[in-house]
Amino acid sequence: MLYALLCYNSEDVVFSWSQEEDDAVMERLSKVHAKLHESGQMGPSLRLMATTTAATLRKSDPPVVIDGPFAETKEQLLGFYVVDVENLDAALAIAKDLGKANPGGAYEIRPIRLFLPEAFPESVAVAQPETAEA
Amino acid sequence: MSTDLAWIDAALTSARPQAVGALLRYFRDLDTAEEAYQDACLRALKAWPQNGPPRDPAAWLIMVGRNAALDQARRKSRQTELPDEGVLSDLDDVETPMAERLDSANYRDDILRLLFICCHPGLPATQQVAMALRVVSGLSVKQIARAFLVSEAAMEQRITRAKRAVGAGDTPFETPTDEERDRRLTAVMAMIYLVFNEGYSTAAKDAAKRIPLCDEAIRLARLLQRLFPSEPEVMALTALLVLQHSRANARFDEAGEVVLLEDQDRTLWSRELITEGLALIDKAMRHNAPGPYQVQAAIAATHARAPTAADTDWVQIEHLYQALERMQPSPVVTLNRAVAVMKVLGPEAALKLIAPLEDPLGGYFHFWGLRGALLMQTGRANEARTAFDKAIALANTVAEAAHIRRHIDRLIAEGAAA
Repeated sequence: MLYALLCYNSEDVVFSWSQEEDDAVMERLSKVHAKLHESGQMGPSLRLMATTTAATLRKSDPPVVIDGPFAETKEQLLGFYVVDVENLDAALAIAKDLGKANPGGAYEIRPIRLFLPEAFPESVAVAQPETAEA
Repeated sequence: MSTDLAWIDAALTSARPQAVGALLRYFRDLDTAEEAYQDACLRALKAWPQNGPPRDPAAWLIMVGRNAALDQARRKSRQTELPDEGVLSDLDDVETPMAERLDSANYRDDILRLLFICCHPGLPATQQVAMALRVVSGLSVKQIARAFLVSEAAMEQRITRAKRAVGAGDTPFETPTDEERDRRLTAVMAMIYLVFNEGYSTAAKDAAKRIPLCDEAIRLARLLQRLFPSEPEVMALTALLVLQHSRANARFDEAGEVVLLEDQDRTLWSRELITEGLALIDKAMRHNAPGPYQVQAAIAATHARAPTAADTDWVQIEHLYQALERMQPSPVVTLNRAVAVMKVLGPEAALKLIAPLEDPLGGYFHFWGLRGALLMQTGRANEARTAFDKAIALANTVAEAAHIRRHIDRLIAEGAAA
């Protein structure tokens, strides 16, 4: 069964990490990623830019564009994983492993209802391609 | 430091502007506010590892800091009868939700005020920067001294003096009017840009020490942007800083010499920061409300978009400098435009453009450097040499002289090739 692990954390905190701290977290996470990859549980994952770069389209009539994220929350949606696991317990176990590698904040675990694994025809411009792969 | 403690440290740092800002509003005294915050941090270091971090670290720090400072004040004034402990804690329970509501309502103005007191007009630029780093960012005096390349004692003195100047001034504590808020915002944006420049204008040997200043400026710009999410100039300020900072790893060669923009290895530019900067300027432009930060960010974006120096869209850059000249007429902006004019229309046109600048910029080494280069390109070697000599004589530091000399060498080579 596919689950999405939605990563919430205070972006104030995450975006004040020094490069070394960020690298250290990514290094620890990459070990968890490798394990998931090996067991065939790892689906697409990504890391989002700061909510300061976000714009929100309110689907009113006519639609309205608002600067900033949809929800003003104390912790922000900063990325997500898609994992293929047996059940919620297995998804929670993964979240616990990820949480040890990257403490602070929370993972929201949601079963996926529809999954369209479209692929881009060729390589696309991503800010941090190697991490997005990991 | 264990991961937990590192996380607490990061949480304290990020909550600092809001917490100190709110405590400053309560106590109307910067020293008391900072002490109260320090006190709250000490308690957090004890309580959070046991109980886990609170859902809202800033609100926690504000409440605990406020209570700690009030306790302190009560203990100092013995004549005041202390209320019964039970009554006090009951009161706290009633006050907490109200205080939290008040704090979230004042959140934006609290942080803006805290930033704003650092841009006191009586303070010289470097003191504004030092104040912001100490008071808003919470860097230690030692860290700031290191970044400014001065002794800790000298920096301590500088910050103490700055605080005294700020304390003597009267920052109004009531909620600002829209006009006043705009005025504060403009001053704060300029101050954040100063923080960045303090870190950016540096020699290679000091670059690593000064990069924290650039990081801090970007953090402050993002903070300001979260307070004013629909302000295109604030978006553009963040864009400008991240685009300039994206070149940090390419700006010096292994020998520590400055590498000019045209010669930089663009594979060393940070794709992540460039993507963020382009996304922000894109968002800002949608507002159709141009301003000087947007134009400067657009100039930086034009450089960032060029895969090689030869691909640079100088026509676009020249247009943008024209726009900037209209918004903020200044001889330095015109001088920058002259570089673009040289690329687009040639050296004669650029010489004509800078001819009237000799009066205002006669003491500025970049003026003579560019003038010399342009003269060289038009084949007036003797006049060029005179200009170059003036440029080198006007350089403030050995590094500047070396920088201009390299620039000149290059332009001489280009002139010879043309």
